[in-house]
Amino acid sequence: MNHQFLPNNEDSRREMLESLGLSSIEELFGCCIPANVRFKGNLELPKPLSEMEAKKLLTQIANVNRPASSMVSFLGGGVADHYIPSAIDHIVSRSEFYTAYTPYQAEVSQGTLQNIFEFQSLICMLTGMDVANASMYDGASALAEAVLMASAASRQDKIVISQTVNPQYRETVQTYAKATGLEIIEIPHKDGQTDLEAMEKEIDDKTAAIAFQSPNFFGIIEDPFPISKLKEKGKKTLLISVVDPLSLGVLVPPGDYDCDIVLGEGQPLGNPISFGGPHLGFFAATDKLTRKMPGRLIGQAKDVDGKRGFVMTLQTREQHIRRHRATSNICTNQALNALAAAAYLNLMGKKGIQEVGQQCLQKANYLKEKIDNLPGYSIPFDGPIFKEFAVKANRPFEEIQKVLVEKGFLPGIHLQPYFDGMDDWFLVCVTENRTREEMDRFAAGLEGV
Amino acid sequence: MKDRDLIFEKSRPGKIGYSLPELDVPQKDDILPDNLKRKESAPLPEVAEGEVIRHYINLSQLNHSVDNGFYPLGSCTMKYNPKINEDISRLPGFAELHPYQSEDMVQGALKIMAELEKYLCEIGGMDRVTLQPAAGAHGELTGLMLIRAYHKHRGQDQRKKIIIPDSGHGTNPASVTMCGYETVEIPSDEKGCIDLEALKEVLDDKVAGIMLTNPNTLGFYEENVSEICRLVHEAGGLLYFDGANANAIMGYSRPGDMGFDILHFNLHKTFGTPHGGGGPGSGPVGVKDKLVPFLPNPMVEEEDGKYFLDYDRPQSIGRVRSFYGNFGVLVKAFTYIRMMGAKGLKQVSEDAVLNANYIMEKLSKSYYLKYHRNCMHEFVLSGKKQKDEHGVTTTDIVKNLLDHGIHPPTVYFPLIVEEAMMIEPTETESKETLDKFIEVMEKIAKMAEEDPEKLKEAPFTTPVRRLDEASAARNPILKWEPEE
Repeated sequence: MNHQFLPNNEDSRREMLESLGLSSIEELFGCCIPANVRFKGNLELPKPLSEMEAKKLLTQIANVNRPASSMVSFLGGGVADHYIPSAIDHIVSRSEFYTAYTPYQAEVSQGTLQNIFEFQSLICMLTGMDVANASMYDGASALAEAVLMASAASRQDKIVISQTVNPQYRETVQTYAKATGLEIIEIPHKDGQTDLEAMEKEIDDKTAAIAFQSPNFFGIIEDPFPISKLKEKGKKTLLISVVDPLSLGVLVPPGDYDCDIVLGEGQPLGNPISFGGPHLGFFAATDKLTRKMPGRLIGQAKDVDGKRGFVMTLQTREQHIRRHRATSNICTNQALNALAAAAYLNLMGKKGIQEVGQQCLQKANYLKEKIDNLPGYSIPFDGPIFKEFAVKANRPFEEIQKVLVEKGFLPGIHLQPYFDGMDDWFLVCVTENRTREEMDRFAAGLEGV
Repeated sequence: MKDRDLIFEKSRPGKIGYSLPELDVPQKDDILPDNLKRKESAPLPEVAEGEVIRHYINLSQLNHSVDNGFYPLGSCTMKYNPKINEDISRLPGFAELHPYQSEDMVQGALKIMAELEKYLCEIGGMDRVTLQPAAGAHGELTGLMLIRAYHKHRGQDQRKKIIIPDSGHGTNPASVTMCGYETVEIPSDEKGCIDLEALKEVLDDKVAGIMLTNPNTLGFYEENVSEICRLVHEAGGLLYFDGANANAIMGYSRPGDMGFDILHFNLHKTFGTPHGGGGPGSGPVGVKDKLVPFLPNPMVEEEDGKYFLDYDRPQSIGRVRSFYGNFGVLVKAFTYIRMMGAKGLKQVSEDAVLNANYIMEKLSKSYYLKYHRNCMHEFVLSGKKQKDEHGVTTTDIVKNLLDHGIHPPTVYFPLIVEEAMMIEPTETESKETLDKFIEVMEKIAKMAEEDPEKLKEAPFTTPVRRLDEASAARNPILKWEPEE
């Protein structure tokens, strides 16, 4: 058969078979696959579509969905509709980037390599850390890898993690921990923040790491300094911090509070929300942990003529060299998403990263105050917030959601599935994309429920 | 005037590459306590939009990619990535969907996932598939966690060994360790397949399972696959199929029918989604009925024509990442499968296998071929002859390919072939391209005889020449820093 994605015609196929001394493709497969495991039937798949039919079908299916962009969205929880500069999609649409693979051959992969080197540098600038890798699958799996790394570096098995860390991240850590036999101690929250006293009690010489998130899942900016100080109670205890990259335009960077591993979800950096993926996790650490890091690292090198270039380096940590002794099994990164993230950081630059952080901060706090003053609603937690905050209503969230969606709003995330007794609670996220007018209408909508 | 400066070196104070609306709410300066404020702004570069664009367009031109040349990187299946997929995944109904939107607003997205799952079940001969894993290695890890949960559930916790043939991908043993298991490696026989006697020797009640890549990394279909499945099952172990090489077998054999319990697919290899320079990929994992209860949460289900996300699965291993998988990649794979259909996918495998055999046969005259028999979609050539006779290594050979605009094969893998070059042309290359590749490879073999010293200096025409990787690893420079 001829197909638009298959360049060989029947003549070519025949010539190739002839050169092999074969008369049919059947003969070729017959001598490769044993008869007893040959699939005799035909795969039951829908009949093939032309490009036009495929485009129609997929557009129809897409139109069944109601995109967040067609509404006024207050949905966050790690993924939010931040502004994406137009330049970014033009960069990631370059097929020299997206149809290449892992840069195994440095001489013809300098585009990908230099970009990742710049991405690593940008993440270090943002977090204040010494070294960053080429990226991970997402924020949740990055935390799971950080926990494994901390355990390997400290040779201890106990991980103390705050319950104010994104529940999906904690679930992912639990999944990974079950497989490796790590002990995970979750510290309950107190008024929406890590219960420091309870955390302190759990830290001892067996503690590999303390993990917390700031701004935390409830949006509250936790004071990292007292948490960091808790490290002293353990022997080799490391501090793992989960951060929102856009918060670092205005908030103290982890490098300033003696953090050992920093990670987070990189979606806010120029990546579409895309129903939860593909996104990227960013991952940074201190110098002394470099050789314990998972994932790819790109380093600067010189070629035989003395020209600067970039290579995959410190590969002896990795699976294709070290096999079962590798620091992780990860062998790709989310290179194209990291490209979008790097382009975003370069476009925003020194001033823009501050301004976008400031806008999230100001707008979210504006709406928080506004909702706090509405009858029937309250802000249950004190503590400064960055772009998200919890709201407690005097009725189940479902009722509120139903009314607000009809008015074209996505009001927030229900907290009940993650925290018992929070049936009336929801989490509101405000990005720089929201306007005062939208927020005022939203508040009026809430009031009218 | 090819510009190779780092973006940081182009930065000048005061330049900006963005615009934001004026803040439309009253600015309050007392929201943050002083100790939580950032004191100094992150030293990101200051460049204008046009400069950023030019920077990246120049960078893109330093890359070799499928769209600008032959890319026979073994086991990576660097096939052409249909352009329609790029358009479809960018439709607002897909790209601008928030994962926390309620199910009634995302029925189309859930339909894509439910249908794709069905297609993958059919192609692999499996009962259910999770679409959550973000990449092949992530799928492997998920699969091993399923094996672990299964044995634990049956009170067989003592099973800690995973058998891997010596031709297996490096990720296999790394995944095994991450799952708290121990790797037991078994050798290949003189035909490049699993040595049955060696397998029998390691099978006991400590074996949790075996991970097999089939076709294996030598490009051969495991001849005794039925027997292997029987033996491992008899010993109480499970069979894991690494689908890295599934491009060879679509419509010709199904891992589920062979007896495999678990498999992962690499959508970015077999189903035409782009590799992205090293991601995003997608590594769905399929299983047989007995393992379904353990699959990660959530699964997409359908009831009365409505799709929903099922979290009520008490035996699930939990989630392996946020949300539902690399959804944008799933949309592309769905579109690809719909455009190929059953017959098209079978043709894909036929052309992939025919292309590989054609090159192999031609190159077996000028290069050493350790296993000379019909291969599947890839084969492993060796530079041993050139090394022994002329002191030219496989590295030297493939660096010469770069000067001809050809991406080298996977080299020095699998480890069981000296000076290995693993060549996978894929079905999206024409005979004309293959002929040119063969001609270049023959020319290089000839040069190895006539002028070996020249070969060792290649490449000459690439953006950079051979880089000193040893020094880079000894004194790692992993980020840019301003000069003092």
